[in-house]
Amino acid sequence: MSNEPQEPENGGEKRTRRRGLTFLGVGAVLIGFGYLLLGGIGDNLVYYLTPSELEARGDAAYETSVRLGGVVIPESVQWDADALDLRFKVGDGTTEMEVHSKGAPPQMFRDGIEVLVEGRLASSGVFQSTNLMVKHSNEYRAPEEGQRPQDLYQDLLNTEGE
Amino acid sequence: MRSVLGTSLSTAALAVAVVGMIVAVLAARRSDARLWKAARWGAYTNLWILLVANLLMVQALVVRDFSLSYVAQVGSHATPLFFTIISLWAALEGSLLFWGLIVAALTALVVYIHRDSEGPLVPYALATMFGVGVFFYLLLVAPANPFAAVFPVPTDGPGPNPLLQNHPLMAVHPPILYLGYVGMMVPFAFAIGALLSGRLDDRWLHLTRRWTIFAWIFLSLGIVAGMWWSYEVLGWGGYWAWDPVENASFLPWLTATALIHSTMVQERRGMLRVWNLTLAVATFLLTILGTFLTRSGILSSVHAFAEGTVGVYFVVFMAIILVFSVMLLLGRTDRLKTTGSLDQVASRETVFFFNNVVLVAFTFTVLLGTLFPLLAEAFRGVTVSVGAPFFNQMTLPFVVALLFLMGVGPALPWGKASRKGVRDNFVQAGSAMVLVAVISVVLGLRDPYAILAFAFAAFALVTNVREYVLPVRARMQAKKENVLAALQRVMFSNPRRYGGYFAHFGVIVMAVGITASSALQTNHEQTLRPGESMQVEDFTLRFDGMWAQDQPQRFSVGATLAVSKNGRDIATMEPRLNYYPTQEDPVPTPAVRSRMTDLYVVLMAFQPDGSTATISAIVEPLVIWIWIGGVMIALGATFGLVFGRDGGYGAGGGSRDRTDRRRVTREGEDPAEPGDPSTERELISTGAKR
Repeated sequence: MSNEPQEPENGGEKRTRRRGLTFLGVGAVLIGFGYLLLGGIGDNLVYYLTPSELEARGDAAYETSVRLGGVVIPESVQWDADALDLRFKVGDGTTEMEVHSKGAPPQMFRDGIEVLVEGRLASSGVFQSTNLMVKHSNEYRAPEEGQRPQDLYQDLLNTEGE
Repeated sequence: MRSVLGTSLSTAALAVAVVGMIVAVLAARRSDARLWKAARWGAYTNLWILLVANLLMVQALVVRDFSLSYVAQVGSHATPLFFTIISLWAALEGSLLFWGLIVAALTALVVYIHRDSEGPLVPYALATMFGVGVFFYLLLVAPANPFAAVFPVPTDGPGPNPLLQNHPLMAVHPPILYLGYVGMMVPFAFAIGALLSGRLDDRWLHLTRRWTIFAWIFLSLGIVAGMWWSYEVLGWGGYWAWDPVENASFLPWLTATALIHSTMVQERRGMLRVWNLTLAVATFLLTILGTFLTRSGILSSVHAFAEGTVGVYFVVFMAIILVFSVMLLLGRTDRLKTTGSLDQVASRETVFFFNNVVLVAFTFTVLLGTLFPLLAEAFRGVTVSVGAPFFNQMTLPFVVALLFLMGVGPALPWGKASRKGVRDNFVQAGSAMVLVAVISVVLGLRDPYAILAFAFAAFALVTNVREYVLPVRARMQAKKENVLAALQRVMFSNPRRYGGYFAHFGVIVMAVGITASSALQTNHEQTLRPGESMQVEDFTLRFDGMWAQDQPQRFSVGATLAVSKNGRDIATMEPRLNYYPTQEDPVPTPAVRSRMTDLYVVLMAFQPDGSTATISAIVEPLVIWIWIGGVMIALGATFGLVFGRDGGYGAGGGSRDRTDRRRVTREGEDPAEPGDPSTERELISTGAKR
């Protein structure tokens, strides 16, 4: 605005008023944008909860998308490989929750392992999983004798080159 | 021995950077040629120091000197040589060392190229780059010393993270991305240099334009390489999950893209001065934030914050940059009067203005989504993550808006538009848009987002094609040249413009690829016994059996699948699971057949005796367009970078009116006719003033 100093007095006033309006307009747009943004976030939040925490939410538990963390209860796993249908229970020591999932679980999935199940609690009380992850620790732990893949999958090794 | 030598090198680099920073500031203030020379030598010295330090580390990795903490952390006797060398950037300390080398190399290169530049601008910029160096070398000396000694010396190590040694793309993705990240230091340094020296004309922009584009090319390629890597390695058939680390690389790309466009407005019309300085600073801040998010692990595990000392350093560094830059900007507002003004609503500068608004809103959205878990943890004490649907829903309007602007901008000239040309353009582009939307619906596409994206991609495509076709056709008629000769002449007449439009084509191709591969993909999962088949779309996959392979560094279990399409055998695919000794769960290694339509096959599970395998097969159309689009973006930008002349945007090509206008603007006069300023003009001016 190099020509500002030459502006007549009332032109400056007009300018100020217009600038005020512009600020209002920009402010309104920003507030609307922020509202949409926060609303969008609120609808898409995924909470990390344990089965106890999820149960403690009462009726609100059915509406939220959750990453349910816990341990696979031993001997609760029912896996139908042909129908790709998986049912198991997740527990945190105090509460157990039934989980239903479609699709093959990760190869590491087994009794007693820590899992993170993404999904929603259905009105039937069964947690419907859309994504099943096995939690792995970054700490290095040497596999026990007989638990190395070389030992576990001995049969496959022999068929190599077929 | 290596430990002492390496640590000494890092300490020396730190010392040189601190002294160099002081000397450079003194050189700038006193305009002393000898001090300036000394500061430059500091930059060259640090390049050699960091180069030696990096070579020392690579050598230590290759000879497996486990007495160094970093080698003990990422090295192992079983890792092949190739992955041993690239494990230089497999973990925090090594990647910071490599990062330090890139900082030193770019600093030295910038100083060498601009060594004869007059005035305090370049010395101040060098001081800023030394300041950035101080931060990284301090990390290498104190909290993340890769040369720290380990005692007792282990006999073997775990090797690099399995995910990182599972694919050769890891050799190129990090270095390219780092170059892009660190490259953004240059526009930042020159912006700070301009603010410190008080010389706030367009000179800093002219000097850094090429550097910004250089960094932007690498950032773009680095992001695409990262997408490709996750597609090939992570085994879920996708390439972008709005993961914090992915977002971290995307955020500075958005602001840098905004900067590249708004630079042209300042060059041509003398507007958006404060805005450009702000974008340069913001882009650099976002690269540091990106490094912080990637390297501190703060977001994948929110509680790691207190443990990681590196994180604290990053937060302090970001705070310093922010406070310092804001104070400088506020202190210079009096000198940042804009000389041009927005006087025509339908003009290219208006489009650039909206382009910037959209890109910055895009940045805010992604930033908020990325950092929200931190805020929620801090203020509400809940652990949450923001789901991908948030990002997909919220960013789609921005993508569509950008495609729209990409289809409007090139059609509008700077300043005043001629009504007829613009009308022709919009009639053609609009018809293409409607046509594509109708065809999509007729072909059975029902996803409204996908229809919208395809339609606007067509809109943008037509405008950018027209920008090539019209001058080429004119040349062919006037000069009787053939198509190729005319095209070549046109492109070289204004490399920045035509390189830019070519990059637009890349964006359009990529947008189509992303939309098609996500909206039109088919996923099928089935458990098979040997000899059984599964069907996905036109593909039949017959399971022929399981096998295993014992390699020094890993153990692989694979399934052999004979793939036929419409009854014709086309391929044998072998998806596998790789077991690395350091990690209990295997790394899935999908088998991918890339054509117009990709077939992506993952081994999900199997029986130890090989009696069954659960296979997931994903059919994704046009994934390959994403990679092609990425390369086109880089090619277009490189063309403009290599052949374009400084300050020459618009020179040679375009109408006489455009060239005249540019000359007027560059002389610092207001090219706008005096008269009642429009609202848009006010908007820009106030925006630029604050």
